[in-house]
Amino acid sequence: MLAYALRRIVMLVPVLVGVSVLVFLMLHLTPGDPARLVAGPDATPTQVDEIRHALGLDQPLYRQYYVYMVRLAHGDLGQSIVTHDAVTDELAPRFAATAQLSGAAMLVAIVVGMSFGIISATRQYSVVDNLMSVLSLVGLSTPAYWLGLMLILLFSLHFRWLPAAGAGGIQHLILPTITLAMFAMATVARMTRGSMLDVLNQEFVQTARAKGLRERVVIIRHALKNALIPVITVVGLQVGQLLSGAVLTETVFAWPGIGRFMVDSIQARDFPIVQGGVLLTATTFVVVNLLVDLLYGVVDPRIRYP
Amino acid sequence: MRETGIAGTPREAGALDVLGSARRGRQRSPLARFVRNRAAGVGAAIILLIVLTALLAPVIAPDDPYHQDLAASLQGPSAGHLFGTDSLGRDVLSRVLYGGRITIPMGVAAVAIALILGVPVGLFSGYRLGWTDTLAMRLTDILLAFPSLLLAMAIMAALGVHLWTVSVAIAVTSIPLYVRLVRGEVMRLRGREFVDAARCVGVNDRTIVFRHILPNALSPIIIQASLNAALAILSVSALSFIGLGAQPPSAEWGAMLADGRSVMQVAWNVTTFPGIAIVLVVLGFNLLGDGLRDAYDPRSRR
Repeated sequence: MLAYALRRIVMLVPVLVGVSVLVFLMLHLTPGDPARLVAGPDATPTQVDEIRHALGLDQPLYRQYYVYMVRLAHGDLGQSIVTHDAVTDELAPRFAATAQLSGAAMLVAIVVGMSFGIISATRQYSVVDNLMSVLSLVGLSTPAYWLGLMLILLFSLHFRWLPAAGAGGIQHLILPTITLAMFAMATVARMTRGSMLDVLNQEFVQTARAKGLRERVVIIRHALKNALIPVITVVGLQVGQLLSGAVLTETVFAWPGIGRFMVDSIQARDFPIVQGGVLLTATTFVVVNLLVDLLYGVVDPRIRYP
Repeated sequence: MRETGIAGTPREAGALDVLGSARRGRQRSPLARFVRNRAAGVGAAIILLIVLTALLAPVIAPDDPYHQDLAASLQGPSAGHLFGTDSLGRDVLSRVLYGGRITIPMGVAAVAIALILGVPVGLFSGYRLGWTDTLAMRLTDILLAFPSLLLAMAIMAALGVHLWTVSVAIAVTSIPLYVRLVRGEVMRLRGREFVDAARCVGVNDRTIVFRHILPNALSPIIIQASLNAALAILSVSALSFIGLGAQPPSAEWGAMLADGRSVMQVAWNVTTFPGIAIVLVVLGFNLLGDGLRDAYDPRSRR
């Protein structure tokens, strides 16, 4: 297990290097001169040259990448063009806000999604099951940001129960969490239902029932435990979807997270922030997926690591 | 191409594909299952209906979608304006109808680009193996390491905001899915007798891959494309909503939602109706994809 974990971590290195190359090249893929882009539209040619030199943009590309990576290794992601603060200082508090929102959404998606899935599977083709199937498909088809707008319309503007924007107490977290959780919730519900149906038809479940165990014990302790692996896979993949959805949810609810910040930074052409944000989010996604893979072994002791 | 590649192609015995007959099940072909599948039918009907209304928008729309009438701004739904008017007095129904002419083609274009680039890479990656495969797999690993919308945003930031860059950016995020899917299918098929037979008579790799293997791998590709279209349309409108896609005064659905957001306090209709349009189209593609998958693999459950 430990050897497997170590090997998986080593295998991450080429992926992360590739991610860093792509992020590094982003600035160079833009049409036009990156130095002029950084300097802004009002800069004189001399100023542009100074900035080109200061940023090392007059060096060959491989040399620039080397410098970029050395700085990265020291935790230096450069400076914001707009505020001139260190990118890491700008990103840290916003990343925490995004993590809070995504964590809450993930928790809701897992708890509610799995409950719905189990209820559906134990009452296959009933009214409840059919209703949930339709609802989860509609959930998968609804743009998260539009759901957010509709929730604001209903609960903030019409009933005036919950705040429409900003961060603060728990009441600020409710609407954004529902908005962000919906897609993952629908996916988890569908996967749990399918996986539970597969397991419920197997013989050991009949044996458990024949032994006279209570239905609740059969479902939770026998069936669910064996239905978990595909659900965990889906949950892992939903992390990427949550990080994407966070961009939209944060925009709708003015949540001070990394997603909305990146949208603003793209519009302000603040490239160091965009590069740092993309790098941070991609790394988070990759690491969380690794943790999910390692979780398989904890949930299912039958899994042997080659 | 001389032929469509479907007729006259040796088909793997028992291959489950949407177009042919199946061995499994009670001798019911996937096509028959598809026709009987209510979900797929409803999905196809929804898509057809919305595509038709978009195509016929110039005929059936009550008003020019860009015609402003400030005297009639922010009206609720009425007989004159079924979906009401927006902040510039434009007819929301007309804009929703015309919006389908922007959002749907942009999403479909993204799927097409992803197919054109992803399928050949997957075919050769799975057929040649070796360094071609290793390179392709490592590249997809890297692309899959980015959350999709963030990758699309980064590409938009690099390439600049145009309608075509939206489709390209979204296509890039789904290319790895096609490469992986097609590669898996090729790995499954490459050892079959009909591939060996073709190789024995001296057919070159390109012909084997495109004329012999690809037709047998079409069904999962079609299913993936349908489900992918649903996601692509969501992404197109999402990028427009955050200002990195279609720009005002475009009647693109996501851009309309962004526009309506500022007047939500006084006019619920401007944000409500474009959203319903998006949900309907995406639901249509999801239903179709799910239905096709059920027809292709009878064991999978809805």
